[in-house]
Amino acid sequence: MPLTLTLREPPAVPLETEGLAPDRLASLRRSEIEALTVWHGNERAQLADFFAVSGDGDEELLVEGDVRRVKFLGAGMTTGRLTVARDAGMHTGADMRGGELVVEGDVGDFAGTGMRGGRLVVHGSAGHQLGGAHPGERAGMRGGEILVHGDVGDQVGAGLRRGLIAVAGRAGDGAGLRMLAGTIVALGRFGAAAGADMRRGTIVAMSDVTLLPTFTYACSYRPPFLSLYLRHLRALGLPLTDEQIEGRYARWAGDGLELRRGEILIYEGNE
Amino acid sequence: MLRIAQGRVYDPANGIDGEVRDVCLDGGRVVEELPSHAPRIDARGMVVMPGGVDIHSHIAGPAVNAARKLSPEEHRADVLDRTATTRSGTGGTVPSSFTTGYRYALLGYTTVVEAATPPLAARHTLAELRDTPIVDAAFLVLMGNNLSLFELIRDGGPVTEAVAWLLDAAGGYGVKLVNPGGVEMWKHGNRNVTSLDDQVEGLGVTPRRVLEAVATSVDELGLPHPVHVHCNNLGVAGNWRTTLDTLDALEGRRAHLAHVQFHAYGGTPGKRPRSSAPELVEHLAAHPEHSADVGQVMFGPATTMTVDAPVSALLREVTGGKWVNADLEAETGCGIVPFTYRERNYVHALQWAIGLELFLLSRDPWRVVLSTDHPNGGSFLSYPRLIRLLMDREFRNEQIGRVNKKAIRRTVLGDDLEREYTLGEIAIITRAGPARLLGLADKGHLGVGADADVTIYSEHEDREQMFATPRFVIKGGRVIVEEGELREAPAGDLLRVAVDHDEAIERTLAPLFEEHYSVQLANYPVREPWLLEPARRVPAGGGR
Repeated sequence: MPLTLTLREPPAVPLETEGLAPDRLASLRRSEIEALTVWHGNERAQLADFFAVSGDGDEELLVEGDVRRVKFLGAGMTTGRLTVARDAGMHTGADMRGGELVVEGDVGDFAGTGMRGGRLVVHGSAGHQLGGAHPGERAGMRGGEILVHGDVGDQVGAGLRRGLIAVAGRAGDGAGLRMLAGTIVALGRFGAAAGADMRRGTIVAMSDVTLLPTFTYACSYRPPFLSLYLRHLRALGLPLTDEQIEGRYARWAGDGLELRRGEILIYEGNE
Repeated sequence: MLRIAQGRVYDPANGIDGEVRDVCLDGGRVVEELPSHAPRIDARGMVVMPGGVDIHSHIAGPAVNAARKLSPEEHRADVLDRTATTRSGTGGTVPSSFTTGYRYALLGYTTVVEAATPPLAARHTLAELRDTPIVDAAFLVLMGNNLSLFELIRDGGPVTEAVAWLLDAAGGYGVKLVNPGGVEMWKHGNRNVTSLDDQVEGLGVTPRRVLEAVATSVDELGLPHPVHVHCNNLGVAGNWRTTLDTLDALEGRRAHLAHVQFHAYGGTPGKRPRSSAPELVEHLAAHPEHSADVGQVMFGPATTMTVDAPVSALLREVTGGKWVNADLEAETGCGIVPFTYRERNYVHALQWAIGLELFLLSRDPWRVVLSTDHPNGGSFLSYPRLIRLLMDREFRNEQIGRVNKKAIRRTVLGDDLEREYTLGEIAIITRAGPARLLGLADKGHLGVGADADVTIYSEHEDREQMFATPRFVIKGGRVIVEEGELREAPAGDLLRVAVDHDEAIERTLAPLFEEHYSVQLANYPVREPWLLEPARRVPAGGGR
């Protein structure tokens, strides 16, 4: 049985667990893990005040219980695997640099903000600002992959500088807001203002997207890079069809208010 | 009681230059002698100077606070937890108020002047200064774009009385003019003044008339600090002529130029600037009534924060990032743009080089003193590095070799300026000079009766390291910093000027308030005792 942290009951106010990641815990003894600092609101507490620790530490960490009010799970992790058995709270996987973080349920807002590497997989849906920027920062996610099997909230990939965000469901408003580079793919429809203020990078829409008037039509083509990306995503479990992988895409260039070096690729079919 | 025994003392105001001697402190003052059983700090082999005095910095008030709110990312990266002696806070280029006090003290500074507060915002500045521990603080009151004053200047009204009233109403220390007339023009819609004789539209004044009238008033009142001027045309190529015009216009009247580096550019507007530092140095050398702080640019992160709102708008076009631009009714504007100075950038390297030229060419360290216009040219935390640049020619030349070559060719820095500042000269430009220019008779020196503000450094070849981590900092006779760590953090004093005015001036100002302000005259002066008291009043009239 992997090292398992089981939340006894949901905390009254959010619990901040910055640094609760498999690589950090791997080298610690049980007693050291239990003594780790967590913040309950503005009060310093010990991990054991909230979590029961079982199993033994190796490269894998399992978090069980209702952790929707637990923030920063897996923040800054560099290696190993962290699994959250149910829904996870805000800032899950923020600043992660490597390893794999799997959330079996939904994840809260600001998941994967400032991420630099590794993979975040969400089997449910994600909140707002997935892979976005920390407050005040120009650049959001700078590397790694985020895969969401459900829907995502607003401003997914805001300020994205590098990396790949793929969504099986719908994306909310302002997807790729102010993005600098990188790729966002959604199989479901996009909300309003996709790619607003984007400078570079690619947004791939497999269904409905209402474009801003500052995007201009460039051409229809079969982007070679995209079939590679989509094959990779299918291997990771995203339900993509052969038609989509081989398909033809309309390229819209924008945002014209910025450099117009970005693009929104809209799936047109495969004739 | 405390005896600082056998340190090498640099007290230029009293003609002491590296003499090994004792400094005796008692009751918050420097005293002649102490009984032999008095507690002592063994300062053998150490350098003893008066506490540092920063003549121009931005540490409190609404602009500073807006800058804090604008850059949460800097705070995330620099978090200070609460300790037994200190409050929690955040750092970055615009630290929280408590952190500002701690970090100034840890740097050996004990007096700081907040350089730009609109009288309308004086309560905010005072409240933050009350929460800026350890350092004694004063603030300058903005009067360069004040509509009521403009009307008095235009109509030949009682400007001097109004200046005195404003100072008293705000609880301020001195008078600041920022781009006189230009900010008001900006508020009329994306315009500015470009020379001293441009009309400020619809108001019947010119920058020259404002400068002359206010400088005359400051001299008539005998304020301890002369009028503190941020000239027109900041940052514009060719602006050294405006700066020189300003100094010429103020000839015979005392004036202090703020961050003169930003006003020392040759060339033609719209084109690449070059250095005109030598020309300004010439003027300053010939005019003992004029002085300046340099406003050195240091490479790395900064936050430009200025009342000169049109300049901010131009800067924002450069960065394309987040910014603030604000209007303070009837008194001024404000602009804030986070900024990074880069070695390879022509303009940034030129600004850096011009600052160094001003220091190295200056013949009178008493009148060309150190500032980075914190946080505009860089944080005050970069002072130690700047001191090393001035004191260590080899280090300086190595740095010159790293920056944009074209920029260096537009300066005289490439001519291998030999000068190395001595410890005595550093003591002048960081303490004795600013204190004298501010008219703070008890600051910046270690003569009998002076404030017991002392900084003790370990002698170190690397001057940056030496000045970054003082061994001891003593404020008001209390040992605040020991072995580079804060021991206690008492409140500093508010320094304000004591200046009389005729009560009748309020009858003149009342209709102007009715016309220009959204606040009532009666609610305008700061009266809250917790903001104003305790304070040390520095009397006007003793200046000359």
